Amino acid sequence: MASDTISITVEFTGGLELLFGNKKKHTVSLPGASKTKNPDITFLVNHLCENLMQDSRRELFVLDGGVRPGILVLINDADWELEGEEKYELQSGDHVLFVSTLHGG
Amino acid sequence: MPPAPCAICETNRALILRPKNHQKLCKTCFINVFETEIHNTIISNKLFSRGEKVAIGASGGKDSTVLASVLKTLNERYDYGVKLMLLSIDEGIKGYRDDSLETVKRNAQQYDMPLTIVGYDELYGWTMDQVVEQVGKKGNCTYCGVFRRQALDRGAATLGVRHVVTGHNADDIAETVLMNLLRGDLPRLSRTTSIITSTPSASVSDDPNSHTNIKRSKPLKYAYEKEIVLYAHHKSLDYFSTECIYSPEAFRGSARALIKNLERVRPSAILDVVRSGEDMGKLVPGASNSCAGECGGKSQVLEEEVGGCGSSNSSALGGEMAALDKQFGHNEAAEMDVLETEIRLKPKSPGQENGRDISKELRRPKNSRSKNAPTIEKKSIRQVMGQCSRCGYLSSQAICKACMLLEGLNKNRPRTMVVGE
Ligand SMILES: [Zn+2]
Ligand SMILES: [Zn+2]
Repeated sequence: MASDTISITVEFTGGLELLFGNKKKHTVSLPGASKTKNPDITFLVNHLCENLMQDSRRELFVLDGGVRPGILVLINDADWELEGEEKYELQSGDHVLFVSTLHGG
Repeated sequence: MPPAPCAICETNRALILRPKNHQKLCKTCFINVFETEIHNTIISNKLFSRGEKVAIGASGGKDSTVLASVLKTLNERYDYGVKLMLLSIDEGIKGYRDDSLETVKRNAQQYDMPLTIVGYDELYGWTMDQVVEQVGKKGNCTYCGVFRRQALDRGAATLGVRHVVTGHNADDIAETVLMNLLRGDLPRLSRTTSIITSTPSASVSDDPNSHTNIKRSKPLKYAYEKEIVLYAHHKSLDYFSTECIYSPEAFRGSARALIKNLERVRPSAILDVVRSGEDMGKLVPGASNSCAGECGGKSQVLEEEVGGCGSSNSSALGGEMAALDKQFGHNEAAEMDVLETEIRLKPKSPGQENGRDISKELRRPKNSRSKNAPTIEKKSIRQVMGQCSRCGYLSSQAICKACMLLEGLNKNRPRTMVVGE
């Protein structure tokens, strides 16, 4: 049952989309469950940096190995802090939203 | 992790974790709580009076969009009886304001509010693009900030509106408190932390359209930026986010990064800093005329306030820590230049002695603890109230900051034009 890929929707708003080709919504395929564990948010964030980001300033998205403070992460509309933060294991069909709170008032 | 139920209705799934108290709420309860808290802020600080015309300083960004949406909702729900309108400033930055002004125009329709757009070019004869062409990108946020402050007041005056509300949030205030602390500028603390600031009416003109008697308030002062963004998200509000293309103020960017890092570790830190700022502000003698709470925390503002370029355009894209540190010296220097020019040009008028203004003594509330703080006293001479001799705007100097900056710009203009021709 392993080796399938899972498909999720990733969305960037609040100015973050500027780092990703100025496109807000992306469909992302990730390698599926390896035995017991699905890819988690940490995996996703790395994947996004490596494959989707079009801006070289990675530090505007990731800082000290984690999502940069000031960026909100919503997993299926829920604050990721309610879902286990970077340890949340993604399921096919999940919607992950990254919103920057750092831009213009 | 099993989904947690909402702490209020105990039925719906919790989607929001509130930074101030770790409460887990569902979408409906969150929206309700968020609005109610702002209502409470408005009521307990007596921000509005029935029949009052209130202009919302609207940039199209998240803060002012949320402010407009919430005020419209509350005005209807609680029948404040205020007349709300949108007031936007067009700094004249191509490709930046164009898009955000489009957003404001949509907001005007969505919220059914009249909109007025005032341009820097009509007010000052200069767009920000032209200013940058003249002075370069260093320190241009100083120009932008100084011009904007007056622009909102002038715009409001032309509309016959005496009250302007802005979208400054708790994060903005906390950031400014830190900046003032780091600069050692305690007198400014009380102004930046006051929920209502106003230019004094008595000393200036009787002209009802005078732009020197405009009240400013910040209804979102206690609202976390995180919650503002979540509110906008869950209500699907139409807002615009981009960075001002001219460099952000480096110092502010660093302060902002610090606040965001603190929030990650200890979410209550933001409100704690705001409250500390308020408390410290009260302790500063002669701190720009604040009545330390007795008159509802009102205090007078001069040309400077929270926020540099945009209300909270700050760090973010292009303003990263490393780069920030590099720019730091430049921007600070530019800002200091302005400050020093002002101090140098300060005239010695009859009422003054060693830079002290006697009129200040008269304004100070009785029982103030002024005698104990000679060092701060010295600092506060910059904040003596007066009027700009050129434009009449409230100023601590004979010539206000905007006129000062304009003078510098205009001096160089002929040369530029000759070259152009
Ligand atoms: Zn609920
Ligand atoms: Zn002036």
